[in-house]
Amino acid sequence: MRRLTATIHGWLLLLPAMAFLALFTHWPAIGTLIDSFYSTPRPRRPSAFMGLGNYREIFDDPIFWQALTNNLWFAVGTIPVSIGLAMLMALWVNNHIAGRTLVRMAFFTPTVLPMIAVANIWLFFYTPQYGLLAQFLGLFGSFSQNWLGSKDTALLCVTIVAVWKEAGFFMIFYLAALQQISPSLGEAAALEGASRWYFFRRVQFPLLMPTTLFVLVNAVINAFRTVDHIVVMTRGGPDNATSLLLFRIYELGFGFWDTGLASAMTVILLLGLGLVALAQYTFLEKRVHYR
Amino acid sequence: MKRREFLKGTAAVAGTATIASPAISQTPTELTFYYPVAVGGPITKLVDTLAAEFEKENAGIKVKPVYAGTYQETLVKLITAHKSGGAPALSVVLSTDMFTLIDDDVIVAFDDFVKTDDDKKWLQSFFPAFMENSQTGGKTWGAPFQRSTVVLYWNKELFKETGLDPEKAPASWAEQLAFAEKLTKVDASGTATQWGVQVPSTGFPYWLFQGFSTQAGAILMNQEGNRTFFDKPEVIEALTYWVDLSRKHKVHPPGIVEWGTTPKDFFEKKVAMMWTTTGNLTNVRNNAKFPFGVAMLPAGKRRGSPTGGGNFHISSKAPKEQQEAAFRFARWCTMPERAAQWCVDTGYVAVRKDAFDTPVLKKYVSDFPAAAVARDQLEFAVAELSTHENQRVTKALNDGLQAALTGTKTPVQAMKDSQAEAERILVRYR
Amino acid sequence: MTADVRTGIYEPRGLARLIETIAAWLLAILWVLPLAYAVWTAFHPAEFSARFTATAPLTLENFVRAWEAAPFARYFFNTFVLVTLILGCQLVLCTLAAYAFARYEFPGSNVAFALVLAQLMIMPDILIVENYKTMGKLGILDSIPAIALPYVASAFGVFLLRQTFKTVPKELDDAARIEGASALQTLLKVYVPLARPIYLAYGLVSISYHWNNFLWPLIVTSSVESRPLTVGLQVFSSSDQGIDWSVICAATLMTSAPLLVGFLLFQRQFVQSFMRAGIR
Repeated sequence: MRRLTATIHGWLLLLPAMAFLALFTHWPAIGTLIDSFYSTPRPRRPSAFMGLGNYREIFDDPIFWQALTNNLWFAVGTIPVSIGLAMLMALWVNNHIAGRTLVRMAFFTPTVLPMIAVANIWLFFYTPQYGLLAQFLGLFGSFSQNWLGSKDTALLCVTIVAVWKEAGFFMIFYLAALQQISPSLGEAAALEGASRWYFFRRVQFPLLMPTTLFVLVNAVINAFRTVDHIVVMTRGGPDNATSLLLFRIYELGFGFWDTGLASAMTVILLLGLGLVALAQYTFLEKRVHYR
Repeated sequence: MKRREFLKGTAAVAGTATIASPAISQTPTELTFYYPVAVGGPITKLVDTLAAEFEKENAGIKVKPVYAGTYQETLVKLITAHKSGGAPALSVVLSTDMFTLIDDDVIVAFDDFVKTDDDKKWLQSFFPAFMENSQTGGKTWGAPFQRSTVVLYWNKELFKETGLDPEKAPASWAEQLAFAEKLTKVDASGTATQWGVQVPSTGFPYWLFQGFSTQAGAILMNQEGNRTFFDKPEVIEALTYWVDLSRKHKVHPPGIVEWGTTPKDFFEKKVAMMWTTTGNLTNVRNNAKFPFGVAMLPAGKRRGSPTGGGNFHISSKAPKEQQEAAFRFARWCTMPERAAQWCVDTGYVAVRKDAFDTPVLKKYVSDFPAAAVARDQLEFAVAELSTHENQRVTKALNDGLQAALTGTKTPVQAMKDSQAEAERILVRYR
Repeated sequence: MTADVRTGIYEPRGLARLIETIAAWLLAILWVLPLAYAVWTAFHPAEFSARFTATAPLTLENFVRAWEAAPFARYFFNTFVLVTLILGCQLVLCTLAAYAFARYEFPGSNVAFALVLAQLMIMPDILIVENYKTMGKLGILDSIPAIALPYVASAFGVFLLRQTFKTVPKELDDAARIEGASALQTLLKVYVPLARPIYLAYGLVSISYHWNNFLWPLIVTSSVESRPLTVGLQVFSSSDQGIDWSVICAATLMTSAPLLVGFLLFQRQFVQSFMRAGIR
């Protein structure tokens, strides 16, 4: 009887959240999958089942492969760098260097600024000849490179913007975790004559692992959902050199109104993320049981 | 409720033959009007003022202007509103979206509303160049409202410095190249501190490219909007000229040139000549701290420029009396005086010839002759690239142009690939 | 201060400290550069947006122009309503769900939890095409709820709160039960107060994310009545006339001001709440 009440209560408490999740996460995920097997409805040709036709078209599309490669490079560029920087920033701010409050503030400000606005500012930084970067490099002898306008450097530039945007956010998590580390550990390590690097590597870093894993989840998600700056800075150009998966989905679904292709591409992206989620979930679960 | 309004509305409409409103219906017809803002300035205020003035003269109609974002966003909003049943009766979207709107049955032709002789005269009063993107299949689907062309701005001061006649803009491709060579300054280490000429290539390079291709004597698409000609020799010739400016002659910045920063590059004297829209006229006038000139684009085999900008469109799903109201408002906004005022306020080209005879524009042009250049160029202007599945086809061309400009592909290869992609998309429309 | 004692042993000293300080400062300057540029450009006339001469005159004209270019008052209101709506719903929904997961054993709870966690990866940001259709079917396209609804059930929130609730000692729970409190009362009187730092931290994350969210609101809104600030800002990014940095920076400062000021004033609490939240 008690068990039944518990079950009912449990599900009642869960119901509101699950209802919204079902409606806006699970159902759309399935809906996207179903839609991906149908052709895009056109005025004279209603939607028809076409099996894997959309997928075939996506795989034949060189822009999809470009977007995929770009996104992977983007992920490789943003994830380790932003996490590494975040850890470094947290370590620095955690120590009592002069002006640490200001420094901490400086690191965090990108988080509160909307990407759509800062993208324009970064556009100025990258402008050839009189942009900030050009002016700065000009101090060392003339140099003018079209950063956003050449295929070799455009992706790197947008990666830098993304790292700048999120490192400060991750720093806060590391900062909180660092301050949780008991000082006795430091004292014990010092007694044993451990160097600072050793202390970091063998004590702080492992203790930060849960945070790192948590931050990793966020960084991976961000690598695939941050496209605001692409919309403003390059619109996917030059010649799709900065096209990312979500941006291409947006282009297909809301630029060309090709819902069939957009759904198929969404499914591919979801599958990829799902695999990553599975890996992370296994890791996280292990961590939870650890404690 | 809807039916009652409908009956009242048709009674009202049936009783009129002129554009003066009789105000028979009890409830005013509500006219929702989506418009984009693509130029600086208090456009929202201007549109609100237009709406208020129209309402004063037309008591039975209430205009509800809805600022819908950029041209792209306005198109998206229009189509989604149409799909979900809440379409605004009137909207301004890019004239090139005509085929997309027809294909999705979003708009109705103006011909149904053109009844009187006055109406017919009104329809014929627009510049023909602007009508090319507004008509197909013998019908008129859009009424020009805020249109533009590409023009060349040049820095007179820099011309003088280099020994060129500051009052003479380059009139041909050869002159453009020669002038640009003189105007390009390179410092000791070989880096350019000043470029001769700059043609933007981000976002929608196809529009500027149409300048080159028209000047080379090519047309990029057919009137039915179901075939493109990207790989014709003249088109490749045009692209080669553009690519050579940066890669061979080094008078043009390398790689892709950002549209948004081109005016600023001009103000900062980093470039002596720039190609950009007439819509930038007020912007350049306000911000260039040196004497400058505006000219038609240099001729290749002939002069040429694409037109640009937005047309009025009437929604198919709106109830009949709203459509009539929409027609009336569109007609009202494009009367000569108002077209003239809109030109002065926003920098767009006035869409009809007689607008230039109004006192407002006469004075404006005499104060500022540059404003007449775009009008004069209309003689040589062609339709902007517009086909079925316009977004996809223009993207195919854009990608090809960017590939050629960054050197990833040769002009021949780039255009061949673009044409192949466009063919793949358009073949089902034939 | 206790913080001193904590890291005291391995604090750098002497030259190492100096180098670290300089390095941290350099990075901080680099980090704050875009904001600094925005401040410079917003307060100086347009011709100084690329020149950094110290004698340039100050002006408020850019702010006036920015304010007039779009109905920012309305956008502020919309954004405020939006983030409040989202956060309010998130707090309620996630608290209830987390409580269920933390304190109730019932068949299917593991499956349910896995489904919840799925949202960590299958985010609303990715499901734009399908969610858009759903909003159309529900008939709420172009409204603030349309922006908010996909986000109100937050896996992140459920996850955080569940962890926190699990650390609440069972004795407190039992004590409340003995006093005759129902499940919900226990939740409100015992669990929620103990999780305050989490709520604060989560709230700050949620507000800053949704204040700055762009793509989904762009897709789902079309009128001034529902458009948030970020979408309104975009009008400056896509003008035919090219980029006017003075006005964009003024608009940026205007729209980020609440968050910036909020952060500046409350950053200590912010960091401390993260600390106490024990977010790992």
